Amino acid sequence: MKIPSRRFREFLIERIIFLSGIASVVFVALIFLFLLREGVAVLKTTSLGSFLGGRFWYPISTPAKLGILPLILGSLLVTGGAVIIAVPLGIAAAFYIAEVVPKRLRMILKSFVEVLSAIPSVVLGFLGITILVPFLKNVLHLPTGLTALSGSIMLAFMALPTIISISEDAINAVPREYKDGALALGATHWQTLYRVVIHGALPGIIAAAMLGIGRVFGETMAVMMVTGNAAVIPHSLFEPVRTLTATIAAEMGEAAKGSPHFYALFAIGIVLFVISFAINLTADLLLNRNRKQ
Amino acid sequence: MRTPIRNVLWAVLVLWGTIIFACSCGSNRAGSGSGSALQIKGSDTMVNLGQAWAEAFNKLHPEINVAVTGGGSGTGIAAILNGTCDVAESSRAIDEKEIQQAKAAGLNIRETIVALDGIVVVVHPSNPISSLTMDQLREIFMGNVMRWNVFGGEDRPIVLLSREVNSGTHIFFKEHVLRRGKSKGPEEFAPGALMMPSSYAIAEETANNENVIGYYGLGYISPRQKVLAVARDDRSPAVLPTIDSVRANAYPISRPLYFFTRGDPSGAVKDFLEFALSPEGQKIVRDTDFVPIK
Repeated sequence: MKIPSRRFREFLIERIIFLSGIASVVFVALIFLFLLREGVAVLKTTSLGSFLGGRFWYPISTPAKLGILPLILGSLLVTGGAVIIAVPLGIAAAFYIAEVVPKRLRMILKSFVEVLSAIPSVVLGFLGITILVPFLKNVLHLPTGLTALSGSIMLAFMALPTIISISEDAINAVPREYKDGALALGATHWQTLYRVVIHGALPGIIAAAMLGIGRVFGETMAVMMVTGNAAVIPHSLFEPVRTLTATIAAEMGEAAKGSPHFYALFAIGIVLFVISFAINLTADLLLNRNRKQ
Repeated sequence: MRTPIRNVLWAVLVLWGTIIFACSCGSNRAGSGSGSALQIKGSDTMVNLGQAWAEAFNKLHPEINVAVTGGGSGTGIAAILNGTCDVAESSRAIDEKEIQQAKAAGLNIRETIVALDGIVVVVHPSNPISSLTMDQLREIFMGNVMRWNVFGGEDRPIVLLSREVNSGTHIFFKEHVLRRGKSKGPEEFAPGALMMPSSYAIAEETANNENVIGYYGLGYISPRQKVLAVARDDRSPAVLPTIDSVRANAYPISRPLYFFTRGDPSGAVKDFLEFALSPEGQKIVRDTDFVPIK
């Protein structure tokens, strides 16, 4: 009796683990199918060109104007700004933590980086609206501090932990022999970091940046609170923008089911999905290349 | 080896059982209006008011459990149409599409005006302008006038603050000020108007920025913003929004606040409705900075 029941248990456990393993694949596929089913219906009321390239977003007017070009540009601008701030800062911090800092301080720094990633985005948004937004307005003499720049700064805070910890792993994964060799040849510590270590860790660092970008691109709450959400085509970081994510979050609650507005929001979801997927795929390919080396 | 796994399985089973049981109880309660729980949903403007009513009502009827949630007027009306709430709070009237939906579902939706709300126009306290006409507001929010000095103010850009499209306040302001009372029209907020996710966000930005002009419900008035007097037209006097001026219909930007219920109210729904309209209920309206109807 004992052996068959044990075999059965093994069998059962294997199946359960298998199901857990493919669950994420199934979920992603189902989510995409669902988005596609709901989102494609937007093409009944507007052409693909006027949806992706339209300059006006007046979703509840009759007839509704459903152009998401300002929203796409808004998302890209905020993300771009965050990358410019967070990537250099994150990589420098990773090098400091991995290569320079004394061992005891390293543990403290690493735990603070983790705490930073645990701050809820709505709390960051709250700080942004009460402190950062008035500060930027007064320092830069802008008409309003609710700008793409405020969003970029908030998002940079959110991307930093991802960028720092993954870059640090990549730096630690550089074989010790490379470093020892460089030092033995008479290179200084800085020369070793700058010419040797960074070279070995580069694919991992790029992947870290890409994952940080993915995190930033999909973020909603903090962005919605500080960017002003005006659906105009932005010309600089110092203007208000409306992002794709904030649009879905702000409008989904009220969109009448089955209306063009409702389908347009799902179509925005598809656009977000496709862009995030591309970012994550790039990051994955780079990480894999890193591992093979 | 065997026991821990069995324990885990049991725990999972019991957990699922509890969840399913809890869900089925929850849906039973929400479904029937005369049960021991009352679901109220809708306008974000009215959430605080609904909450205050619910608390006072609960003291009179401890056996009835009242739950109030926001989400927007449209969310509330959608919920009353598909039966996931007992009372919908709304800061706008039911629209044509929703009436069609109710008809299609064979529902008789009843509206009751429970309070009035004035929408105040606010600027930074240092702004020298203290009154505007409805037409001037229209020009400003449509983006046709973009500097304060046109109205005798300082030489500064005008930054527009609006609520998001999911807000009843946004829709009311657009129809009442921009479209001069017509619900359908070509007029829109300027594309550059900032869409703020909450009245709090508008209040905060108005307190900090000399350039802005924004709007929100009477309940949000505080000394950190300057409230503008509004004139119906060039010949009318400018009126500050107060409880008296809204009730006398002298202040031009005001609106009724509604309850929507399914069919003729009975049981707990009827009790709650009567309570909201009672002198005690209307006192709560005044206490939460809205305008009582009586």
